[in-house]
Amino acid sequence: MNGLQIPMEQVLALAGILFSCGLLGLMLRRNIIFMLMSLEVMLNAAALAFVAAGAKWSQADGQIIFLLILTVAAAEVAVGLGLVLQIQRRFKTLDMDQARRLRG
Amino acid sequence: MTAIWLIPLFPLASATLLLLSAGRLPRQVAAVLGAGSVGLAAVCVALTARAFLADGEVREFTLWTWMAVGEFTPRIAFYIDGLTVVMMSVITGVGFLIHLYSVEFMWEDESICRYFAYMNLFVGAMLLLVMADNLLLLYLGWEGVGVCSYLLVGFWYRDPANGSAARKAFVVTRIGDTAMALGLFLLFTELGTLDIQPLLAAADSQWQVGDTLPILATALLLGGAVGKSAQLPLHTWLPDAMAGPTPVSALIHAATMVTAGVYLIARTFGLFQLAPPTQEAVAWIGLSTLLLAAFAALAQHDIKRILAYSTISQIGYMFLALGVGAYASGIFHLVTHAFFKALLFLAAGAVIHCLHHEHNIFRMGGLRTRLPVVFWSFLIGSAALAALPFTSGFYSKDAILLSAWELPGIGHWLWAGGLLGALLTGIYSFRLVFVVFFGEAHTQPDHQPGWKMSLPLAVLCVLSLVGGLLVLPLGNVFPPSGHHAAGHTIEYISIGTPLLGLLLAYLLFLGRQLPVDRLVDSAPGRNLRNFWLSGWRIDQLYDALWVRPFTSLSRWWRNEPVDRIYNAVVAFTQWAHHKLAALQTGELRWYATTMVFGLMLLLAIMLRNAT
Amino acid sequence: MMEMLFYLAALVALLATVLALTRANAAHALIYLIVSLLAVAVLFFLMGAPFAAALEIVIYAGAIMVLFVFVIMMLNVGEEGVAREREWLGGRNWIVPGILSALLLLELLLALRHAPAATSGTAVAPKAIGLTLFGPYVLAVEIASMLLLSGLVGAYHLGRRFIVRRERKR
Repeated sequence: MNGLQIPMEQVLALAGILFSCGLLGLMLRRNIIFMLMSLEVMLNAAALAFVAAGAKWSQADGQIIFLLILTVAAAEVAVGLGLVLQIQRRFKTLDMDQARRLRG
Repeated sequence: MTAIWLIPLFPLASATLLLLSAGRLPRQVAAVLGAGSVGLAAVCVALTARAFLADGEVREFTLWTWMAVGEFTPRIAFYIDGLTVVMMSVITGVGFLIHLYSVEFMWEDESICRYFAYMNLFVGAMLLLVMADNLLLLYLGWEGVGVCSYLLVGFWYRDPANGSAARKAFVVTRIGDTAMALGLFLLFTELGTLDIQPLLAAADSQWQVGDTLPILATALLLGGAVGKSAQLPLHTWLPDAMAGPTPVSALIHAATMVTAGVYLIARTFGLFQLAPPTQEAVAWIGLSTLLLAAFAALAQHDIKRILAYSTISQIGYMFLALGVGAYASGIFHLVTHAFFKALLFLAAGAVIHCLHHEHNIFRMGGLRTRLPVVFWSFLIGSAALAALPFTSGFYSKDAILLSAWELPGIGHWLWAGGLLGALLTGIYSFRLVFVVFFGEAHTQPDHQPGWKMSLPLAVLCVLSLVGGLLVLPLGNVFPPSGHHAAGHTIEYISIGTPLLGLLLAYLLFLGRQLPVDRLVDSAPGRNLRNFWLSGWRIDQLYDALWVRPFTSLSRWWRNEPVDRIYNAVVAFTQWAHHKLAALQTGELRWYATTMVFGLMLLLAIMLRNAT
Repeated sequence: MMEMLFYLAALVALLATVLALTRANAAHALIYLIVSLLAVAVLFFLMGAPFAAALEIVIYAGAIMVLFVFVIMMLNVGEEGVAREREWLGGRNWIVPGILSALLLLELLLALRHAPAATSGTAVAPKAIGLTLFGPYVLAVEIASMLLLSGLVGAYHLGRRFIVRRERKR
């Protein structure tokens, strides 16, 4: 089955809006779980842009980069959620405004 | 004559052995090595001197080439003429007597090994100095004796005062040595050699009398001589150098090392004759030093400091002789002075040794009957020092005064000054005798000096008495000093002046006919006495002129003004660090927000560049 | 017809994302996020990337989101946590993030204004992807495997209860 012919600026605009939503969530939320979800949204937006670019040139590279992003997301979530558990254990909260031991 | 190279070898080898033993040798071995090596050297010197006196032939002896740098090829070579023979005889002869004396004097000292090591090293270096064929080897010996002087003045290093006296001696002589090194550089660049005889010949052919270059070169050499021989601007180290053991004072700071300056000028007299202003300066330095030191000696109450000032004064006489061109008389006075001043120091050492290290003459007194050997030694030494008739000092000092009188122009002034010095010498030397050996006893001696101390005293007594009859083989070294044509009046004045000094000393200090106490107790008298006691306040003057500015400057530098610039950079960085660290809030959302802000800015810049 | 499906899926993805990021309850947010990911998978499929669409569903919406579900269930925040979240989402907190992300979005749209033409309409089969992946991109595969290994080790290390154990020892 062949794909659709969709104007690139529309797909890229959608990816940009999704990315901005992720950023907004990252800056807005204080709970680390929501921050991780925002990160996922941002990664997904970037993946959408890559896949769209791959579809434009009908090359496999776009999907391969999507695969790599998928790998990064998986590794990041694994480590990030491990950190969430430790933060909950040590600080008894998920509020990142209170977990600020690294301040100078 | 192959024994020449053995002369410095014996003491140097012994010094090496003693130093390498690090004090582990038993004191008997150390004493035998220390005194024996100098004795062997003395025997070799005697053999050399006999051979020299038999044929009068100048001997040169090259061991090896020291180094070869282009044109500059100094050799380890010895030059033996009359002057060298005289100096070697004094160094090893008097040196051996003093080493023998030291065996008893230093017997109780725990570091006797170190003592003899330094003393032998000194004798070796001093022999190198007088035997050297070139000025560089001479300079090696010159610095060697300086080091030994430093080591021996600070021999009892546990007392910080001794250490500081040693440092003072080292630093002050270093000033003169630097001048001398500059003089050597100048001579080498101008004349292309440092071998003494070719150097003198080259100077004679290349330079005219009164040229600037010989004046400059001799002035620099004179600086070295003044430093080593404790003459006027640089004399302050010698009185403090009495902190060392008394035999050291006798050997180094009276008989040999301090006369190295006299030897240097006599050895290079050809240069000085090309520079009349320097020659005259030598005379004036000698005269002013001898008067200044004699006045200072009048007021001292430490027995060794009196002798130290008298040494400075007597070397002043030698400089006076060199300045008026009577080189042979200067060397003659050097020899007789070595005899009687070594005798005086050794006798003073015996007094100090028998009186539990008492130095103040006013706490002695009445020792005439208790220490007869020492008393007679001291009396003979003082008589020679004061130049009473028919003692050795009389002949040498008389010759110097006559030569001064015969110098046209300034000669009469120099003669009058020298005569005043002779009067003062009579007063202070017999003041010492009368205060220490007559009158009431204040401290009791606990033992008599043994034979190792008495024998050197006896030998030196004989030499001090009859040393004036010696005829030194200097005829071929120096130009003839002319025939003494002064009238009998001058002779009688020369004879009478020391006797007058003796009489005055008797009236002042023994007979008490003159009201000396009332004079000293009055305000001006006390001020004058303190003024002389402090050595004309020259130490304080130098302190204010050089030492204190230097220390304050170094204190200023210790705060590292240059580093302050870098410290300011460091402080700024730390300040900025603290300020910037405040940005590190530890809040994840804050980081995300700032990153977004930066991303926004970057994108804005990219967009602006794209359009 | 198919274009309509594309825009519908895009709208769903957008709405689901916005809803996911503004929920107070983490479990609800997660469901919205999954919906958003599924919608994006539809977009992938429509653009001619069926392999990517499949992976998006299997790994993203499946495996990764399941991890989130596990963690949320382990933490068990409860009612008061939801109330606190709601409080944190109130009015003033929106100002700075909102302005910043709006500005950034504006810049992005300005930058993407001149994007060329449209997607090609030809699908890229999984076989082509496989050939390219293990051909020119074999190094990227190695890097990805190392990344996954380090993620595994890191997650295992962080997941241990070592801090609790050390405290007990004291």
